[in-house]
Amino acid sequence: MSHSTEHIDNPRTAVKPPNPRFRNWNIVLRKLKKNKSAMIGGFLILFFILVALIGPYITPYAPQTQIMVNKLQPPSFEHWFGTDNFGRDIFSRIIHGTGLTLLVGFFSVLLGATVGVLFGIIAGYYGGRIDSIIMRLMDILLAFPGILLALAIVTVLGGSLVNVIIAVAISSIPVFARIVRGSTLSVKKLEYIDAMKALGASDARIIFKHIFPNITSPIIVQATLNIATAILSASGLSFLGLGAQPPTPEWGAMLSDGRNFLYNAPHVALFPGLAIVAVVLAFNMLGDGLRDAFDPKTKE
Amino acid sequence: MQKQKELLKVTDLKQYFPIKGGILGRTVNHVKAVDGVSFTIYEGETLSIVGESGCGKSTTGRAILRLDEPTSGEVEFDGNNLLDYSKKEMNKVRKDMQIIFQDPYASINPRHTVRQILTEAMEIQNSVPKQERNDRVLELMQTVGLGPHQADRLPHEFSGGQRQRIGIARALSVDPQLIIADEAVSALDVSIQAQVINLLKKLQRDFKLTYLFISHDLGVVRHISDRIIVMYLGKIVEIADKKSLFNNQMHPYTKALLSAIPSTNTEVKRERIILKGDVPSPIDPPAGCRFHTRCPFATDLCRTEVPELRNGDGMTDGHMAACHYMEEIKNGEHQPTVV
Repeated sequence: MSHSTEHIDNPRTAVKPPNPRFRNWNIVLRKLKKNKSAMIGGFLILFFILVALIGPYITPYAPQTQIMVNKLQPPSFEHWFGTDNFGRDIFSRIIHGTGLTLLVGFFSVLLGATVGVLFGIIAGYYGGRIDSIIMRLMDILLAFPGILLALAIVTVLGGSLVNVIIAVAISSIPVFARIVRGSTLSVKKLEYIDAMKALGASDARIIFKHIFPNITSPIIVQATLNIATAILSASGLSFLGLGAQPPTPEWGAMLSDGRNFLYNAPHVALFPGLAIVAVVLAFNMLGDGLRDAFDPKTKE
Repeated sequence: MQKQKELLKVTDLKQYFPIKGGILGRTVNHVKAVDGVSFTIYEGETLSIVGESGCGKSTTGRAILRLDEPTSGEVEFDGNNLLDYSKKEMNKVRKDMQIIFQDPYASINPRHTVRQILTEAMEIQNSVPKQERNDRVLELMQTVGLGPHQADRLPHEFSGGQRQRIGIARALSVDPQLIIADEAVSALDVSIQAQVINLLKKLQRDFKLTYLFISHDLGVVRHISDRIIVMYLGKIVEIADKKSLFNNQMHPYTKALLSAIPSTNTEVKRERIILKGDVPSPIDPPAGCRFHTRCPFATDLCRTEVPELRNGDGMTDGHMAACHYMEEIKNGEHQPTVV
């Protein structure tokens, strides 16, 4: 905000309790704290973020060091999660892959949400023909199952992690566009939007200052849940060999490697799989909790 | 009434809302919410529009401000037709006319403090230089009866009446000449209504405001208006100064409407006229006089010919009604045709 809202020179406002603007957030936080599964999800995500940040500096082995004599060893004190067919330490590889997984999830959702929110707001706000064109386009995207669409896009763009992010982002656009369009429609008909129009406010001002801030909660919930889906899709694509290329320690790719030794050395596939499950579950639990917390109908 | 300056002149205003249907979303019909309405607002007066819900009174107000784009007609403000203006030109003129809404809970952004709400209004119209905006906010708040310590509070910390005051302050922040009050007090408690109405009256005196007051509450209208328009199904049925309308109403619909005001005078027994049936659909309004389906005096003429808004015998200057038989009904020559 360009103009300062704090007035230190005004003693009457200076003694006021914390900014009331955050009161709504406080209610959401309080509700969230009472939701056990959401808290577990939240702490798990925090844990994974910490692992991603400091883990790579303290892992016992480098993720790409191949020690062929140690190949396919079961979990032991030396190699907590065992070793893979090239003798690489799976524990170290999973830790090194954590950041990658989170980044892919985060950026694909960020990209998809940005485009989706923009489409949704424009469709909802302007209505009419613009709305019809945008939403029919979204319907077309939505008609394909997410993973299939992402698969098609990656096939066209070529297999790499960046292309996976783009593909997953594109497949998540319609979900955001739909949710945002609906919320925009309900906010748009409120009288304060008319009041802004009567004051002569530009469309951009109305959209960004008056509509967007009032539809953030469904976007946050959807984004959290979508990170889980995005991670799953990205791992799926890597599993199929379209995403991260060897020797990148990507969980989906590791899972794919392990599938050949499922019978003799199940740990090679088991641990990357468990890691994916844990991250996806964590984001889902937090997302569900956020949805309940943002819902004014649920009691504290 | 002395000759006053015309501030706003509405001529043959029509507002049809299309009804989309079918798979192709074609327009299958129209809701004729406002169908050929003409009137003038003089500077400094309070003109009220009354009528049942759905008669087009709010739509008229919104069409004047082009919140909904009118289908046809002219809205002349200070001699210029607003409907000819581009969006940009229109936004400049919006400074001169503001609107106060009905629902104090929906009419202000729940995430903005009072200070932000008022500052933004000034920012959009650039009506107050940047460095003076803060002082102006406090001044405005004082004008509408809010304290300076409330400037950084959010809407949910205020009561309905206080929120309505915020809405009024926002409208005032650009120094308008005309304020359209769209059911501005209808959602408030009766005691709060009186306070807000008195505030509006005071502001009118202090700032020489002109009001277009849209309401269904005849008691409120009687209190605040100089002149009153009665609307029925998208058309004006009667327009008169307050005294003429309450003492010498000519149109049968106005009579029925006014007979619904509860009276505290026990000595005068008034006849309560109860209309039969519902308001017809504005999609396909009745031919001729729109009121003929419910009017006790209706004849074949009423069913075929649209009555003009006219000044009849024994009516004061500026008093007009749209009824074929208003004089005859008045002197008793024309009796109800249906009992």
